[in-house]
Amino acid sequence: MNAFSSLLKRDLRLAFRQGSDSVMVIVFFIVVVVLFPLSIGPEQKILARISAGVIWVAALLAAMLSMDRLFAADYEDGSLDLLVISPHPTEILVLAKVLAHWLTTGLPLIIVSPLLGVFLYLQADGFWVMIMSLLLGTPILSLIGAIGAALTLGARRSGVLISLLILPLFIPVLIFGVSAVDAALMGLPTRPQLLILGAFLLFATALSPWASAAALRQAVE
Amino acid sequence: MSFTGNAITCIRSDRVVFQRLSFSVKDGEILYLKGPNGCGKSSLLRIMAGLLRPTEGVLYWNEENISKSVDSFLGDFQYIGHQNAVKGALSVNENLKIWAEIYNLNKNNMSIDDALQAFKLDRLANLPARFLSAGQKRRLNLSRLSATDSRLWLLDEPSTSLDDAGSLCLKELINSHLERGNMVIMATHESSLVNGKTLNLADFVFNE
Repeated sequence: MNAFSSLLKRDLRLAFRQGSDSVMVIVFFIVVVVLFPLSIGPEQKILARISAGVIWVAALLAAMLSMDRLFAADYEDGSLDLLVISPHPTEILVLAKVLAHWLTTGLPLIIVSPLLGVFLYLQADGFWVMIMSLLLGTPILSLIGAIGAALTLGARRSGVLISLLILPLFIPVLIFGVSAVDAALMGLPTRPQLLILGAFLLFATALSPWASAAALRQAVE
Repeated sequence: MSFTGNAITCIRSDRVVFQRLSFSVKDGEILYLKGPNGCGKSSLLRIMAGLLRPTEGVLYWNEENISKSVDSFLGDFQYIGHQNAVKGALSVNENLKIWAEIYNLNKNNMSIDDALQAFKLDRLANLPARFLSAGQKRRLNLSRLSATDSRLWLLDEPSTSLDDAGSLCLKELINSHLERGNMVIMATHESSLVNGKTLNLADFVFNE
C-alpha cells in the first residue's frame, strides 16, 4: 500500500510539473466539441439532441490521446524494469499508474464537461446524469486503455495502434453513457444505465491490472 | 545465502546466445561476467533479475527454485541496468526516494541523504535531475545500492560514464557490501575492481 501511494504521488507530481499532457487533453476535448456547432450550425434543437453524444465521443478521443504515454516514459528510461522486479505485485503498481492517469486526464474532462454542455444547449435535467455517467465511464477508459498501452509498448506509432485496439472495446461504455443522459432528458429512470456502467467499471478494475501487468512483463523481456 | 544457476540456456530471436551455463555465488563473494560484446552478459543479468525467462535451466536462491518461490527473492536484490531510471522533472532527492519507498529500503536506517553522500550528490539533492550530466545520473542510479540492504547486487557495466572518483566510490561501496557478507554479480570490461571469481561467457557460446 505504501508503494501504491508512493507511485501515485510520483506520477501526479510528474504530471503536475510537466503539465503538458493534462492541458493538451483538455484543450483537445474543448476544441473537438466546439467544432460541432461550427460545422452543424447554431440550431438549438439539433445541438441539444446531439450534445450528450458529442461530449462523450470527444471525451473518449481525448482520453485516447494521452493513453500511449501511460507506460512509455517508464519503459524508455528503464523505470519499468525496476517496477516489474520490485517486491510488490506489478498489478498494484499498474493500478496506481492508472489512477494517476485518471486523476490527471479523466477528472479534468469531467470538470469542464458541464461548460461544454451549456455550449451545446444540453438541458438542465441532463447535467447531473452526464457528470455521473462520465464519472463512472472515464475510469473505464483509463483502465482498458492501460491494457492497450502495455500491449503496444515498443511498437512504432503506438498511439494509433492503441486507438485501433481499444476504441471498439469502448462501444458498450459509450452506448450506456449516452443513453443514460438521453433517458434523463426524456424523464425516464437513469438508474439501470448507471448501474450497468458501474458493473463495467468493477469488471475493468478486476481485469485490467492483471492483463496490463502480464503485457508489461512481456514488454520488458 | 547463495545464488546459483544451473545449465542456463538463453535463446534470443532464434539465436543461441549461450548454452548450459552454470554459476554460483556465496556470501561475501563477487562474480565478474566477462566476454566480448554480444556474448550475453546483459541477457544473463536480466535472466538473474527475473526480467527475462531462461529458455532452459533453473536459478536457485538459498537452494530454493526461484521460479517456484519468487517472493522470497524479489526485494532481496538490486538490479542496475544500462538505463538509469532517472526522471528529469523530479529532483535528485525525489528520484532516489521513490525507489527507496517502492523497494522498502532504509531497513538499515541509512537515510536518503547518506546514500546521496556516498556518491557525492548531496549538494545537488534539490536540483531537478534533468540538469545532471550522464555521469551524475549514473551516480544517482548507483546510490540506490547504498540506500539498501539488499543481499545481492546485479550490476550491468556499473562504471559506464563514471569518472575516476565515481569509480572509486563504487569500489568502496562494493568492498563494504562484500565485507558485510553480501553478494555482487557484475558485468564489466574493465580490469577487476575487487578480487573475485570470473565467469567468461565466451566459453558457453554455441558452436556447431
